[in-house]
Amino acid sequence: MYAQMVKGDGTGVRSPEQMSPEERAFQARIDADEKIEPKEWMPDGYRRTLIRQISQHAHSEIVGQLPEGNWITRAPTLERKVILLAKVQDEAGHGLYLYCAAETLGISRDEMFEQLHSGRAKYSSIFNYPTLSWADIGAVGWLVDGAAIMNQVPLQRTSYGPYARAMVRICKEESFHQRQGFDIMMKMATGTDAQRRMAQDALDRFWYPSLMMFGPSDAESVHSAQSMAWKIKIDANDALRQRFVDQTVPQAEYLGLRIPDETLAWNEDKGGHDFAAPDWDEFFAVLAGDGPCNAERLGTRVAAWEEGAWFRDGLTAHAAKRASRSAA
Amino acid sequence: MSADGVPSAELGANGNDTAGGSDTAGATAAETPPVRTEWPLWEIFIRGQHGLNHRHVGSLHAPDAEMAIGNARDVYTRRNEGTSIWAVRSADIVASAPSDKGPLFDAAESKVYRHPTFFDIPDDVGHM
Repeated sequence: MYAQMVKGDGTGVRSPEQMSPEERAFQARIDADEKIEPKEWMPDGYRRTLIRQISQHAHSEIVGQLPEGNWITRAPTLERKVILLAKVQDEAGHGLYLYCAAETLGISRDEMFEQLHSGRAKYSSIFNYPTLSWADIGAVGWLVDGAAIMNQVPLQRTSYGPYARAMVRICKEESFHQRQGFDIMMKMATGTDAQRRMAQDALDRFWYPSLMMFGPSDAESVHSAQSMAWKIKIDANDALRQRFVDQTVPQAEYLGLRIPDETLAWNEDKGGHDFAAPDWDEFFAVLAGDGPCNAERLGTRVAAWEEGAWFRDGLTAHAAKRASRSAA
Repeated sequence: MSADGVPSAELGANGNDTAGGSDTAGATAAETPPVRTEWPLWEIFIRGQHGLNHRHVGSLHAPDAEMAIGNARDVYTRRNEGTSIWAVRSADIVASAPSDKGPLFDAAESKVYRHPTFFDIPDDVGHM
């Protein structure tokens, strides 16, 4: 899972003449593929954009647990249940790695939680869609985690050290997620008629929201151009989306499932598939809070945080008591 | 915010302990009644295999050392990555500053004779 639509500030990439000496030296280090580490000088815009991007990514991991959590108690077998538990636990871990990386830039965990809980911070639009059947858990692993991997693998080379290291750890684990999803889809696609229908229905509902995960075309975006110059964004949104479609089409064929796009066709000239764009009006509506599950997701997250307060307080009190005893 | 004001969540991130808001908040938790404040930050080191050094893997928040170890187990060793965990309060780590890089490390660059490849040993001598 990752960040969509990270808004930078400023007006785009500046020429070396427009930069201060510090900025020029900073950009030279980036161009030489050096990693930037927490205490080192960095432009304010780099810091702010990274905080936004990494925290959005972290929020996506945390909220991303919820659609899958819905099926932990409903998994069809004990084995599927423990696998799903492990996957959801991984998502929590990914959120934690990323929150820590963001904290090195000078924002506190509590500030980030407050931004998420108040609705000011964004998370990936994909998690505002419901998981209605067990096949959806397969589709989420196969398509949603598949799309996330597309975006995250290049980010292992991102210029900010703590972010790149978190990404390496996440990518190692993400592969398990996609394969477990495809495994569920294979089982359903080779099952009874009813199971095949569920698998097709899940693909029908998750296809376009998965394409939206890469965000709208950013070919003209000055913010993306700046992020790419800083190497905190590696590939353009359209390039990643194309790669995802080209990878997924043969997988759907293997499953004997139909991608819900009449215009989908191989284009020999470009060496990739032509495909229909998702409904970007829907995307912006979901991002603005009007998706099928926005209120439910955020409500669940806030309730979990608030209902856990007594437990966190208890641990804090226990730690304080122990510390005062050992001091006495 | 200046780079020095960044609270440490990464080894080497804090040269200035008092600047870290979350760290100082945690440090005073022992003397005051529990208030809603962030748990202190811990740096986590894992020994991956017997015979290897502990290696920094990341950081996490925990109210005390025991919970830090427990959380480190859940966050950083879900796939057999470790045989031992160290948890160190981030505020207790002393780090060199980026500006000290020159004085600290440049001097070694001119001392090429410290490397075995500096010395040409004739092939006739055999492996050395």
